[in-house]
Amino acid sequence: MNTVFTYWFYGLAAVLLTFSFVKDKSKTLLSLKKAWKMFTGILPQFVAILLFVGLALAVLSPETIRRMIGEETGFTGMLLTSLIGAITLIPVMIAFPIVAELLKNGAGLTQMAVFVSALTTVGIITIPVEIKYLGRKTAILRNVLAFLFSFITAYLMGVFLK
Amino acid sequence: MKTAIRKYWFLFMIVLCNGIVWLYAPQIGKTALAFSGKNVINFLFILTPVFVCIGLMDVWVEREKMIRIMGADSGIKGIVVALLSGMITAVPLYALLPVAGVLLKKGSRVSNVLIFLCASASIRIPLLFFEISSLGAPFTLIRFGLNLLVVFAIAFIIEKLLSDQDKKAIYENADTL
Repeated sequence: MNTVFTYWFYGLAAVLLTFSFVKDKSKTLLSLKKAWKMFTGILPQFVAILLFVGLALAVLSPETIRRMIGEETGFTGMLLTSLIGAITLIPVMIAFPIVAELLKNGAGLTQMAVFVSALTTVGIITIPVEIKYLGRKTAILRNVLAFLFSFITAYLMGVFLK
Repeated sequence: MKTAIRKYWFLFMIVLCNGIVWLYAPQIGKTALAFSGKNVINFLFILTPVFVCIGLMDVWVEREKMIRIMGADSGIKGIVVALLSGMITAVPLYALLPVAGVLLKKGSRVSNVLIFLCASASIRIPLLFFEISSLGAPFTLIRFGLNLLVVFAIAFIIEKLLSDQDKKAIYENADTL
């Protein structure tokens, strides 16, 4: 569905670009130039992130990650899964089925909930990019708060679903 | 050179790590590079339309208009617009950061940009059905409800914690994007 959404985004971009081009050619060219400038401005950070993710995936096999998330319980387990979630950049389309499988195999609900929340809202390795756009203070505060709230929501989910 | 290293310290560090791995474990290094290469294609695929759209936004959307919609005095309307536009986008957080940058550049209120960003990270409507199908409705819906509260909490706590000077710095930084 993420991919479908991206196709939809391509369609939107194409439509907007066409409208823009019909209305004002030079302005459209300017917008593309600006897009390119912004893109190349952020590219080094993205390349670094990609190299890091590649390295992490190569060093830690999926089985290792799975074992770490699956076996731990209690607060230590939550801490571990939340840290994995905060650091890694796993697409949710891959993460959700893994989480579902782990839940079936006896992984704790709160551990999985905190993992999903931390995965989607905290981005430790993308923090250089976030600082560039939002400033240091906002980026760090946002990630710290999102991390803390991951625990609160996971705890509440445990209460509600048990 | 020194400024380049300071600017791209993260990249240098990672390249260094990769180099060390290549030296001591070429097989892992190879796998790492293969993973990274696959990710590059994926990232470019996701980011291309995002950048085309923010380029167009930068040129066509007037600052005054954006300030009216999501600016400091936009009130409830700004919050609703930020929340809804965040909820309907299902791209990863990193792809939304450039969008947040342009929103700030155009004078959106900081808390509204954060609502947009946090909503699109944790409460994405396009992904709800997928989450329900893999994790079940109770899990998904309770998470959805709680995250809705969390999005507002994070946005307002951060705005309270930022001084006027911090905000000025944020907008000045956004202007250089």
